[in-house]
Amino acid sequence: MGDVKLSRRRFFEKLTPTGGGVRIEPVAPLPAEDIFKVDDQHFTRHLTLQGGLDPYQGPWTQAQAAHLLRRTTFGLKYAHVQQMLALGNAEAAVDAILDVPATVPDPPVNNYNNLNAQVPFIDPNVPSGQTWINAPYNVEFEGVRIESWRGWWLNRMIEGEANIQEKMTLFWHNHFATQTDAVFRGKAAYLHNQMLRRNALGNFRTFVKEVTLDPLMLVFLNGYLNNLIAPDENYARELQELFTVGKDSPVTYTEDDVVAAARVLTGWTFNNNEEVVFVPQLHDQGFKVFSTFYGNAIIQGSANGSAELDALINMILQKEEVSLYICRKIYRFFVYYNIDQDVEANVIVPMAQIFRDNNYEIKPVMKALLQSEHFFDAVNKGAMIKNPLDLVVGLLRNYNLSLPEPTLLDNYSIRLGINYFCGALQMLPGSPPNVAGWSAYRQIPTFYRNWISADTIRNRNLITDIMAFSGADVGPEKLIINHIAFAAQFPNTSDPNALIEDTLAILYPMPISAIKKFYLKSILLSGQASDHYWTDAWNAFLNNPTDPMAVQTVWFRLATMHKYIMNLAEYQLS
Amino acid sequence: MKRRTFLRNTGLAAAWATFQHQGLAINPMAQVPFNRALAEGGNSNDRVLVLIELNGGNDGLNTFIPIDQMDNLAINRPQVLIPENLSLKLNGTIKNALHPSMPEFRNLFNDGKMSVVQNVGYPNQDYSHFRSMDIWMTGANSDQYLETGWAGRYMQSLHPDFPDGYPNAQNPDPLAIQISPIVSLALMGNTFPMGIGITDPNFDYQFVNDPEPPPSSPYGFELEYVRLVTKQAQVYYNAVKNAAENGLNTGDYPENNQLAQNLKIVAQLINGGLTTPIYIVSLGGFDTHSEQVDGTFGNTEGNHANLLRTLSEAVGAFQKNLEDLGLADRVAGMTFSEFGRTIASNASDGTDHGAAAPLFVFGKNVIPGIIGDNPEIPDNPIVSYDIAMQHDFRSVYASALKDWFGVANPEEILGQNYPILPIFKAAASGTHVVDKANSLDVSNYPNPFHSSTTFTFTLENTGFVVITLVDMAGRELKTVAEGTYPTGTHRVLFNRNELPNGHYFYQVKVNGKMVTKHLVVN
Repeated sequence: MGDVKLSRRRFFEKLTPTGGGVRIEPVAPLPAEDIFKVDDQHFTRHLTLQGGLDPYQGPWTQAQAAHLLRRTTFGLKYAHVQQMLALGNAEAAVDAILDVPATVPDPPVNNYNNLNAQVPFIDPNVPSGQTWINAPYNVEFEGVRIESWRGWWLNRMIEGEANIQEKMTLFWHNHFATQTDAVFRGKAAYLHNQMLRRNALGNFRTFVKEVTLDPLMLVFLNGYLNNLIAPDENYARELQELFTVGKDSPVTYTEDDVVAAARVLTGWTFNNNEEVVFVPQLHDQGFKVFSTFYGNAIIQGSANGSAELDALINMILQKEEVSLYICRKIYRFFVYYNIDQDVEANVIVPMAQIFRDNNYEIKPVMKALLQSEHFFDAVNKGAMIKNPLDLVVGLLRNYNLSLPEPTLLDNYSIRLGINYFCGALQMLPGSPPNVAGWSAYRQIPTFYRNWISADTIRNRNLITDIMAFSGADVGPEKLIINHIAFAAQFPNTSDPNALIEDTLAILYPMPISAIKKFYLKSILLSGQASDHYWTDAWNAFLNNPTDPMAVQTVWFRLATMHKYIMNLAEYQLS
Repeated sequence: MKRRTFLRNTGLAAAWATFQHQGLAINPMAQVPFNRALAEGGNSNDRVLVLIELNGGNDGLNTFIPIDQMDNLAINRPQVLIPENLSLKLNGTIKNALHPSMPEFRNLFNDGKMSVVQNVGYPNQDYSHFRSMDIWMTGANSDQYLETGWAGRYMQSLHPDFPDGYPNAQNPDPLAIQISPIVSLALMGNTFPMGIGITDPNFDYQFVNDPEPPPSSPYGFELEYVRLVTKQAQVYYNAVKNAAENGLNTGDYPENNQLAQNLKIVAQLINGGLTTPIYIVSLGGFDTHSEQVDGTFGNTEGNHANLLRTLSEAVGAFQKNLEDLGLADRVAGMTFSEFGRTIASNASDGTDHGAAAPLFVFGKNVIPGIIGDNPEIPDNPIVSYDIAMQHDFRSVYASALKDWFGVANPEEILGQNYPILPIFKAAASGTHVVDKANSLDVSNYPNPFHSSTTFTFTLENTGFVVITLVDMAGRELKTVAEGTYPTGTHRVLFNRNELPNGHYFYQVKVNGKMVTKHLVVN
């Protein structure tokens, strides 16, 4: 659609207020009402979430397939919905969602040479277009390598297939949260991310050990400074408080357990190749005694740090609390934040049982949850406020957009620009606010609502407006929704009713009222009564897809409608 | 290239400019014309409290340095110790000094515009950042979970129907403003945040209004929330923008200091006539487990020094600006942090999570001086030895509510009675007798002791006395005495029983005063 794009750009030049040219038909406002009236009953918790982990046996419809995709990928693509529908039932679809490719894609490359036009900026160790992940640490280039990595990650989210890989990686990033900028080592960031991917659906026991001995984590929580002479409790505390046991139960580990675990963890550090090494001389080889919470366990001191670490992890994972805590976090990330007694008894406890029965394998738990009656229950749909990545990456995926990257520097800067949007909305991947991850997944009682403030709701609207109309200035060409391509993917685009139904099935998680649909149609019809005005306009475009007038007629109406769709609160939900 | 530099160089300005550009407006939300003459404001008086959150757990011992404990500090924290001769001396005290990077704080103190509350914390310290910050935000006990914020409850008590019917002619302005994209738990009301988060006061955007009732389901529950934030944002942002325009502020604030720039916005909004009584700003990075100090500069430089400099410069500029604008009489500021740090330093040139720490309140109408005593630093480093609480943080809240905002019964907001501390000059004269000398004559003998010791205390008036034994981590172990005692000197015998050898504290509370002392069993 290259020609379309050209004429569109010309068209937009005319659109500016001073340019005149095109007049938008005024749109009738929705019915007036006291805009500050609040219906109190909606501020009571609705405890109607139903069903347990029994497999979902109901009909396999577009609504079910879309719900599964919304929660396990970012946004959803029409093609992916068709893909899931073709599988015929929930179990097959969930198996496909959990079938994550083992192939490792190409690592991030040097796309930052000559980034600064004013001064020479050339990485001496890495040619342009080659990966920097094997290059030696270089403080001058760690910052751009991190952004190169962050952009690489973002692009993987944007381009992800119809499986859970990217959402699951983000889940674990939120769980084992690290701040890449605080560590400021590009290779460590990349290796850490690969480690999260490798373990995302694997074994939690192995995962905890790999996280513990991960260079990024060793720096972030000072594990590499934790030694016999001066134990540093930072990692030992978060290992228990945030990564495994949690603090959901009043009966939990003690401060003495933090100290004892810190002593077990002494002696681990890493070299400049990001290789983790154990230094027995820095390891506290005395015996470590734990509290009654851990059954007064004793870990014998030795010069074998790995064996002691295994003993520590095994001791911790013997606590049932670990399985419950992790399953609650999974539930809050993939289903809903409110865990009442029914959900605890009928969903969390059975999930945790599966987790323990399978020696802490993650995949069986995810399978049980995602194919459950509870997951597909109608009241669970649409109740998740989109996190900023769901919104921004989800938007790009809703509209089948890839990032235009004709040159390496474009590749760098456009990804940086999109990441900047995510950061403005308070979710920059690789930079959670602290080691507890994003507050939307832990802060009682507000949870997902933490994403929405007067400030972020404005920025969310600005971003969707930009993407619908003016385009984001993040590369050589503006990044903008191709409204025509989006509409053209549906089977019956010339019928405004069908087009609106198909559009909303992608963009909104739940059906909307007839009056709202009527309103959307009035945008397509420019306030005219008869459907054929749209049909004629669309057919005129199909008959002559390079005619600027035909293009702008459908483009502008679609853009106006899409801006409005994304301005309504419904688009903030998933 | 360091992170900051390369962000500047990567052409993001263009992306941001686009981002700031307002999109096409369709169906703009109805503008509600408020007559500001009707505005009463969110509060019962015209006073403003600015809360400065120091995120991560500030090292109080290196901020407000107990000079009389220098020898023992040197033993416990050699890696981070601030040399006494480089710390900033204060008028009227030889026992305390400020970190060398805080000259503005020193000036505020010396000019009688600062109150320092010593050893603020809560019983049974929880060393988790997140739990501890939630405790500070909600005003909960350490074993209690509250879902509303302390400031949120205060606002809700004045505005019980909020958010229903807000904003309105009497209350056109936000009830609280956080200069942040996120609204903290401190502002959470019964069902809805009582304040809004903003980062740009000159904001202009027309949201789409959607009056449709939401369905009754979790989906509808969240939908309604997003819609309501949007509706409020539209009206409140107009109020904020008007205030920002009216209050145009040319005050002199350091440029590369985000906290200062955020406080500048606060001053601008107050100056512009916004009736908002509570503002929150924050500064992060205080979790100085490692590299708290840069040893090459004799420990006076480094990450913590930079943070304190940022804080001090920002507060100094803010206070001067308020005075220049004629607003200083009705604005006070207060720092807080989720906990202090360990007395002992670690080999990473840092400190770990601790317990109580000093808290600073500044403004023209604070009662200047130091409330409480220097913590006692032991002469031998013990890992689990932390600074015991002398003042419950909710005493500070109660004092702000009662004396600054004129709340008759702060216990209705805070759940129970906490001693009122002489921090703020009361809004209405005569409502509160100021007694800065928070001394209580308490001792015990023998100390150290083996089998028993005797506590002695003297009361000037009849009072309800509680003596509590606490461990080094601040955990309450035992109530030694509890009851009403008449005027005079009293003695209470305490038998050791099964108490293990070691270091302890005891706390004596009488009529809103509390003294913490060190106790050794051997």
